[in-house]
Amino acid sequence: MQGMSLIVKNVTRLVAGFIAIFGVYTVFYGHVSPGGGFAGGVILAGALVLIVLAFGEEFSRKVLPHRVAKISDALGAMGFLLVALFGYMAGGFFVNFLPPGEPCTLFSAGTIPISNLAIGVKVGAGLFSAFLALALFRRQGEGNPRGLISGRPNDGGSDGDEP
Amino acid sequence: MDPVLILLLALFGFMLIGSIVAVETRDLLSSVICLGAVGFGTSVAFLLLGAPDLAITQVVVEILVLVVLVRVVITRKDETQATSRSTLAVGSVMLVLGVLVAVMFWMLAGAGDGRLKMRAFGDPLMNETAAAATAAPAGEPQIATTSAEPGSIGGAYLKHDLVGTPVSRGTGAANYVMGIVLDSRGYDTLGEATVIFTAIVGAYAVLRRIGRQAHARDVADR
Amino acid sequence: MTLQMLPYLLAFLLLVVGLYAIVAKRNVIKIIVGLAILDYAVNLILVLVGYRTTPGAAPMAPILTGGMANEPALVAGAVDPLPQALVLTSIVISLSVTALLVALGLRLYEKYRTFDTQRMRNLRG
Repeated sequence: MQGMSLIVKNVTRLVAGFIAIFGVYTVFYGHVSPGGGFAGGVILAGALVLIVLAFGEEFSRKVLPHRVAKISDALGAMGFLLVALFGYMAGGFFVNFLPPGEPCTLFSAGTIPISNLAIGVKVGAGLFSAFLALALFRRQGEGNPRGLISGRPNDGGSDGDEP
Repeated sequence: MDPVLILLLALFGFMLIGSIVAVETRDLLSSVICLGAVGFGTSVAFLLLGAPDLAITQVVVEILVLVVLVRVVITRKDETQATSRSTLAVGSVMLVLGVLVAVMFWMLAGAGDGRLKMRAFGDPLMNETAAAATAAPAGEPQIATTSAEPGSIGGAYLKHDLVGTPVSRGTGAANYVMGIVLDSRGYDTLGEATVIFTAIVGAYAVLRRIGRQAHARDVADR
Repeated sequence: MTLQMLPYLLAFLLLVVGLYAIVAKRNVIKIIVGLAILDYAVNLILVLVGYRTTPGAAPMAPILTGGMANEPALVAGAVDPLPQALVLTSIVISLSVTALLVALGLRLYEKYRTFDTQRMRNLRG
């Protein structure tokens, strides 16, 4: 997958960091303002998808490897399960064992910020890796498929007979 | 007249027209773009209905769905054929089914006791107190006072989640929705994380290339 | 009373349009679009059930702002938070299922060179 034009690359260099920061903010302040782990994770995945679309596959393979995304996906899911299992320290499965604190502040609501972080990592990395798997899928025998902007779509292909 | 109701009806009309165009048009790219219109309309509807978390999530999810679908459609051209005769039969059956269930809506609105009735828009079940719901089923619903219990689980979560009861500790989350999702109903979220993980692993398994087979095909092409 | 039922009816019509697309269309992409419309309609109906009007103002979202002093007003007038909790997970699940279906569609196109299920049935690859 090729990258896009120079304007898109420069704007992405400026903007992608802000989108990622906004995603992390939405994850961490999920128990105080609207958002939470799911919305923040999907925003984070959106920032990573923007980088892959703008710079093309060869560049982003070095910066955002697919293997790291798959491992982060599994680690996020396991982190959420660990938070649930640690509830046994306070009496049962999924019991909120940290102190509730004062509402509307950052360090409140017990284990909810930790769960938000785990869910945000899981959803973000999982959706980004699913997008990579879908976007880098190529038909057998064709060369580099054309990017989104750069011209006419593929015609029927010339890869011989199907077995 | 409730201004939210008027805005919501106009938005639903726009979304219905968009969805009918998305389903019926012959060009695949136009169909996907109209799906984007329906999705963004849903996000605005969530904002009008007082659900800001859902609006944020719906917007970003809609953008990702659009990116994936446009990428799939724009590089694989396939003209859709004209509709066959079976489409007409199935379509008429669906329309009859829709009309039947709409009639059922109206019947439920008038019959049965108070708990089975479809409540008016804007007046949910938690407006009734639990005692009033069992004592006077067809009477006027009362606004829940701070001393009586609300008539549904959502109302009980609103009332007890932040500060807790003498029996259970409160969550302490100012965002009641995240408190329900991650603390009161955390087990359901664990199941949902499992479903997302399974769907993504399923997508990998479908798109995976078996090593030797790919190599064999590449050799045969030369 | 009929005007109060109209949002439910329109959201339900959206659901019927999505269901019609899944059942009656032959193109795989149209089936995916129909499933996505069905998901949006179901989420809308769930959130519509939990709506509570605030007379003369915008609806109160179930989020506490400005300290514990605002809590009694929120308990008395806020929108139901339970359907929103259900729909929040449902939105992300629908995205994952759409990704899985698109992966299936890509594989089908690779094998049969078409998105039309009738031609796939005739080819018997």
